[in-house]
Amino acid sequence: MVMTISTAPQFAPLSRAAMAARVAADIPEGWYVNLGIGMPTLVADCVPADREVVFHSENGLLGMGPVATPENLDPWIVNAGKQNVTLRSGASLFHHADSFAIIRGGHLDLCLLGAYEVAETGDVANWATSETEAAPAVGGAMDLAVGARRLWVMMEHTTRDGSPKLVERCSYPLTAQRAVKRIYTNLAVIEVTDQGFVVSEITAGLSFDDLQARTGAKLHRGAGLKQD
Amino acid sequence: MIDKRVASIAEAMAGVPDGATVLVGGFGAVGHPYALIEGLIEHGARELTIVTNNAGWAADSGLPKLMGLGRVRKIICSFPRGSSVFDELYRAGKIELEITPQGTLAERIRAAGAGIPAFFTATAAGTRLAAGKEVREINGRSYVLEQALHGDVALVEAWRADRWGNLIYRGTGRNFNPIMAMAAELTIVQTQEMVALGDLDPEAIVTPGIFVNRVVPVPYGDPPPARAA
Repeated sequence: MVMTISTAPQFAPLSRAAMAARVAADIPEGWYVNLGIGMPTLVADCVPADREVVFHSENGLLGMGPVATPENLDPWIVNAGKQNVTLRSGASLFHHADSFAIIRGGHLDLCLLGAYEVAETGDVANWATSETEAAPAVGGAMDLAVGARRLWVMMEHTTRDGSPKLVERCSYPLTAQRAVKRIYTNLAVIEVTDQGFVVSEITAGLSFDDLQARTGAKLHRGAGLKQD
Repeated sequence: MIDKRVASIAEAMAGVPDGATVLVGGFGAVGHPYALIEGLIEHGARELTIVTNNAGWAADSGLPKLMGLGRVRKIICSFPRGSSVFDELYRAGKIELEITPQGTLAERIRAAGAGIPAFFTATAAGTRLAAGKEVREINGRSYVLEQALHGDVALVEAWRADRWGNLIYRGTGRNFNPIMAMAAELTIVQTQEMVALGDLDPEAIVTPGIFVNRVVPVPYGDPPPARAA
């Protein structure tokens, strides 16, 4: 349970599937998108097949389709999470330097990453859990965070023990500075602006003050926000 | 006649010295030159610096085996995960680690092959992976100076090759292989299939033979089944 709330909450946090569907609703046809390993990969299946969104995987493919089934598995096609995936019609294959030129060169419309923490400045920490961790794995996270035209984060609003993940300053080692533009959590959708965190949606049954109580930095009300 | 084919993996490894920097292709199990790594183990070179994306994959073959034998002094990679062998050696202080963001790793290798000694990238600016590196502000944004990464040797897996060393790849097996082939003094290729000169479509060749020194046919078959990590 989150923090020290005295009464049982009257709201239902979004499930991971519902979070994925919420993110997918904001991805228009024509975008080239990289989904980070973990929860963000769920978003691909929520984009309807007739909406042409092209998914990029940093190990060298554009036009990634769903995870392979035993019937259509090709052992030579994997994604960045090393799952066997399929290729859509129109897919292309290329080497790592081209793949990261796509990323670093600003050609992706969107990168969606998971994170440990996001700061109100847009700083993001998602690769190492402490300054002393022996051998953290960075993979492509730092390249994706600075390279895509938009960086969105998808994560739980708090840690399992209720500590805020939206904070004034990240306590974990940074992946990138001033990079995140929008955050989708199981409780809210939040824009990261020059003003700081601006709330544009809150899950039904949760008030703005309830959300603030679960957040480690000041929240600002967005223009279209319905809740009190 | 130019003929880069060699008859055996042992012959392919001839002259790889102790202390070499070895670029190893592959992303996960796909495009990973398992047979050449086994050949490197047999060859016996020591004090190696290995440049590769993952610090090993299947525990009993390839890089973890090479590391477990104490042949690797240092690994340069983006993702030191996938095998417990690396973890144990690293915790025991028996192997050095340089973590490099994946795109920076790729570009350092490409730069080496392209004759570019160093380059600026926004990747890792303001993070601990920029520690000790020159940072310059260009048009209002911070960039980190990264150095080209040359190999003494590159180990590459191709799908098809000819005797000039022209290569094509299969699926996502391309990954680091084409840029590593460009960046080493000695590029050694294992290919699933050897074809006659002229049988590869010039329009479709990914790695021109100029980057390749030795080719050994190894009908290795499909990569092992993928597992997430």
